[in-house]
Amino acid sequence: MNLRDVQQLLKAQVLAGDDLLDQIEIKMACGSDLISDVLAFTKEKALLLTGLTNPQIIRTAEMIELSGIVFVRGKMPGDDVIKLAKEHRLPLLLTTLPLYETCGILYSAGLKGCSELDTVARG
Amino acid sequence: MILEIPVESYNFSAAGEAASRVKKTLQRLGIDSQLIRRVAIATYEAEMNIVIHSDGGKIILQVDEEEIKVQAIDQGKGIADLELAMKEGYSTAPDEVREMGFGAGMGLPNMKKCADRLEIKSVVNEGTTVVMGFKNQS
Repeated sequence: MNLRDVQQLLKAQVLAGDDLLDQIEIKMACGSDLISDVLAFTKEKALLLTGLTNPQIIRTAEMIELSGIVFVRGKMPGDDVIKLAKEHRLPLLLTTLPLYETCGILYSAGLKGCSELDTVARG
Repeated sequence: MILEIPVESYNFSAAGEAASRVKKTLQRLGIDSQLIRRVAIATYEAEMNIVIHSDGGKIILQVDEEEIKVQAIDQGKGIADLELAMKEGYSTAPDEVREMGFGAGMGLPNMKKCADRLEIKSVVNEGTTVVMGFKNQS
């Protein structure tokens, strides 16, 4: 599915990167509110579902090359976060749904978790 | 090639800039993207440790044909029990840092997982030096 499908499934508001939603294909997602877990378990090009809205989440996304971020529980990030995301061409979505339900909707629609897709060749 | 980047204590708006510069430098050098990812994650964790736990310090990147070396050097309280600090889930981070999503006690274990070699030297009330080596595959 692409990010536009994700947005429609979650009835999400687009905070950044509206022009990118149709082009970005999403193969897997990860839901977490801990940055170290995101760094340790999320694979490249994954979609992150999180309740963390501080600027560090954009840095984290840059470091591991996430495809986009969905903020859950209706938590609106600050203008600085949205501005930083726009600078990095990182799409941001906002849904009022809680994390578990957001994950469930996307998983039911066929979006896999990061542990199911072994794309990182690390011996 | 040597790059030295200062890291400020408790400056959360700048935190991550050193790791970002390390990543961009390695991209310019044409290093393999999976290797860059490991270096970027480990450097980011090391940088956040300097921001959260020290009085300030620096990240030094050295690249040669055999190895990419990242050193995270700080001045501050140091690590009292290194064995305990390496344990997954153990953290001394204050609550306000945890609210930002840090302090899960996974920083040092993540660095160990990403790097091909990890050395930590710490003196209480002086500071900590973390050396991470990554085999250069290019």
